[in-house]
Amino acid sequence: MNTVETLGEILRRRGVSRRGFMKYCATTASLMALPPAMAETIAARLEKASRPSVIWLSFQECTGCTESMTRSHTPTLEGLILETVSLDYHHTLQAASGEGAEQAREQAMTANAGKYLLVVDGSIPMGDPGYSTIAGMSNVDMLLDAAKNAAAVIAVGSCAAFGGIPKAAPNPTGAVAVSSLVKDKPVINVPGCPPIPVVITGVLAHFLTFGGLPELDHLGRPRVFYGESIHDRCYRRPFYDRGLFAETFDDEGARKGWCLFKLGCKGPVTYNACATTKWNQGTSFPIQSGHGCIGCSEPDFWDLGGFYQALSMPTQKLGKVAGAAIAGGTIAGIAMAAHNRSMKASAKQSHERVSTDELEKGE
Amino acid sequence: MNERIVVDPITRIEGHLRIEAQMNGNSIEQAYSSGTMVRGLEIILRERDPRDAWAFAQRICGVCTLVHGIASVRAAEDALNYPVPPNAQLIRNLMIAAQYVHDHVMHFYHLHALDWVDVVSALKADPKATAELAQGLSRYPKSSPGHFADVKKRLAGFVDSGQLGIFANAYWGHPAYKLPPEANLMAVAHYLEALAWQRDVVKLHTIFGGKNPHPMFLVGGVPCAISIDPQHGGRGHGPMYRGGDGATALNIVGLQQVQGVIAQMRDFVDQVYVPDTLAIAGFYKDWASQGEGLGNFLCYGDFPSKGMDDPSSFFLPGGVILGRDLGTIHPVDLDKDGEIEEFVAHSWYHYTGGKEKGLHPYKGETALAYDGPKPPFKQLDIDKSYSWMKSPRWKGKPMEVGPLARVLMLYAKGHEQTKELVGMALKKLDLPLTALYSTLGRTAARTLETRIIVDAMQGWYDQLIANIRAGDLRTFNSDKWEPSTWPKQCQGVGFMEAPRGGLAHWMVIENERISNYQAIVPSTWNAGPRDSQGISGAYEAALKGHVLHDAKQPIEILRTIHSFDPCIACAVHVMDPNGEELVEVKML
Repeated sequence: MNTVETLGEILRRRGVSRRGFMKYCATTASLMALPPAMAETIAARLEKASRPSVIWLSFQECTGCTESMTRSHTPTLEGLILETVSLDYHHTLQAASGEGAEQAREQAMTANAGKYLLVVDGSIPMGDPGYSTIAGMSNVDMLLDAAKNAAAVIAVGSCAAFGGIPKAAPNPTGAVAVSSLVKDKPVINVPGCPPIPVVITGVLAHFLTFGGLPELDHLGRPRVFYGESIHDRCYRRPFYDRGLFAETFDDEGARKGWCLFKLGCKGPVTYNACATTKWNQGTSFPIQSGHGCIGCSEPDFWDLGGFYQALSMPTQKLGKVAGAAIAGGTIAGIAMAAHNRSMKASAKQSHERVSTDELEKGE
Repeated sequence: MNERIVVDPITRIEGHLRIEAQMNGNSIEQAYSSGTMVRGLEIILRERDPRDAWAFAQRICGVCTLVHGIASVRAAEDALNYPVPPNAQLIRNLMIAAQYVHDHVMHFYHLHALDWVDVVSALKADPKATAELAQGLSRYPKSSPGHFADVKKRLAGFVDSGQLGIFANAYWGHPAYKLPPEANLMAVAHYLEALAWQRDVVKLHTIFGGKNPHPMFLVGGVPCAISIDPQHGGRGHGPMYRGGDGATALNIVGLQQVQGVIAQMRDFVDQVYVPDTLAIAGFYKDWASQGEGLGNFLCYGDFPSKGMDDPSSFFLPGGVILGRDLGTIHPVDLDKDGEIEEFVAHSWYHYTGGKEKGLHPYKGETALAYDGPKPPFKQLDIDKSYSWMKSPRWKGKPMEVGPLARVLMLYAKGHEQTKELVGMALKKLDLPLTALYSTLGRTAARTLETRIIVDAMQGWYDQLIANIRAGDLRTFNSDKWEPSTWPKQCQGVGFMEAPRGGLAHWMVIENERISNYQAIVPSTWNAGPRDSQGISGAYEAALKGHVLHDAKQPIEILRTIHSFDPCIACAVHVMDPNGEELVEVKML
């Protein structure tokens, strides 16, 4: 391997001006809800860093989280993998297969021991090691092996963060979350099915900037993205307050954009940034497109009652669903609500964007 | 030396796939395809509300992120005899078509291209000559020397950094790479541009379905009500005031954005994807005579202009082609016993009637029964079970599904545009029609099909606008929404043509709940293991006879496997109603 360039050197060589670079740092600071003065600190640290190694493991997953990451506009995936990180192992994207792929993982783990970032999507089946293998190795063995010398672990998506759909009742494969297995390391949970693209890349950017974890809530989620309920920031909230509800899909209320609470919207108990950052470069989000929130970033949301059951209705329990999970989710939701208010200002900042195209031009 | 070559993980696919190849000298004597991950989604679907099922089923796959949602709502609608309004049909057509275009382009550039394009060789390219090459292929506005110089500089900087990331340890410099440096640089530039393009064009899904991946669906229609009211009265002066928002995302701004996406899709397919495919194919004509596989092709058909119960209105026709015989199209009946069956002779499942028998999906039965080697292992026991995929068969025969099957079906049915496009491509490459039955043919068929579908999108959009203009705003039929209106017991099948091939979900409803749910997905047809007769599926058959230049760098295996565009999370998810009895689940 040649001498490794620092990020600052890379950017200068690519003709990114000092002003453009500082703008990037200011955006990062704003995205992370940090005071503008922090931009200087970010710039100083970024300039010294070589591209940190990222190892991405995929277990019981559907690749939706990776697909979501490819949709990130700020930063872009190509910007991320060419200039920001060294993505040394990632099944969907990497060129090498088979032995070459496994060697790449092992090389990265050895060369960057103690420094690499481990990203995991998908749950881990504990029912039988044969339920999911890569190169003949069980998922649990690969996870623990890779976590051993990782600087930190990011569990991307509801499956890695909370067990997700494989863990939905009756959990046929004994699926568990990353945090059930990795106990000696910080685990950042980035739930969502999938998570919002910019949330995935935003959390990566935070780690790369500070080499440490963002502030997390009691579920291990970064507060900056998961601090407020969707309901509190929903553009349809004024209708809820006025008691105007769509009674069925495509009725007068639905066409006028009234509140979807009666059609089962889980926005009031779901803590995510959908209503503020929205999806796919701020284009829309589920409620804006007429469907209630299904609560996909909350633990065990698959088993919290039907997607079209209003929250005020008694939950229709499946024979196989534990009632405790439902109660737990609701209480967690209420506890979170208190915290929300103080987070509003920071969440507002988080959706002022600068595109990387602008940054790359240096102004 | 008769060694066994193992490629695991097969990367640049969706999911977890392992290929084992038994060698005879340097050629593949027998290939074995193994899905190595299972989740058991079908048992998770049991006892659920049929209206909720789409969201569960959709998580079968996040790459073809819409197809299982569509198949699932269609299964419920078929079971409940529940028609959807014309606008909902058109919006679904547009969403499915957008998935094709997005998926096929990403497959070509981000999953398949690196089998043909040597990234390192691009560093030797002359940007000016690259621009001349690109300008000779199409009028794509980015084909300037300056642009290619920038891409080359960016790539050089990346390589010089010494950290190769996702490009590390690949087979760069392998003699199987035939493109000149300029073609490689052009392809690398388009790899990056396709990444930027794809995140813009998914906005069509976001407008209709609120997000992508995993947009929202609805049994009985689509969730997005059409908002013709320019004012959103509730918006007020709150924090979410953005200006220009209507009541829903499907307002005049959203519709214009959809039109913009259709144009953006068509331009990229026309100016980049189609010319690139043909240009690259010209250097790999030796791949037009290998990698065929079965010669049997299956389509269910899709894109209705009337209801799903009227196949004559489908834009893509259904049917079966046997042994390359384009003169005879056999009809397919998804409901009929004995037509479509799944076998588990070499799969890690158990059937109560024994592992030799096939079962129709309505009676589908499977139980997780892993008896493979204990991990960590080096080699599978291919005489026993060796995959989490089952082996679907049509009247006992293995079938290939996907773009090649569809293009052949359109061709056989005399579809004008298809005949023109196939003729144009073959003429340009100076190849006979039989060249379609190959690794190269499969990849080219995917490109040609994208062109056919992207062209059809405008018609569906125009029809939607015409309906709205005529005052028809309906997007949802509420007649059968309430479970009290449902029969005590019913069953239905929801089918579609997913980008990777024919897909069907079978749903049985009892007392307002799902009592059985089975899905047979495209990659199961293509990637499944041998059946009880020892007959291979499409992947295994296609790999047979491949000569490997260097067994340590089996790029030949990747080329043929990637030509199918594997989606393995899709293929492996089945599990039986009674599976839990046989599974000992240890919870931590």
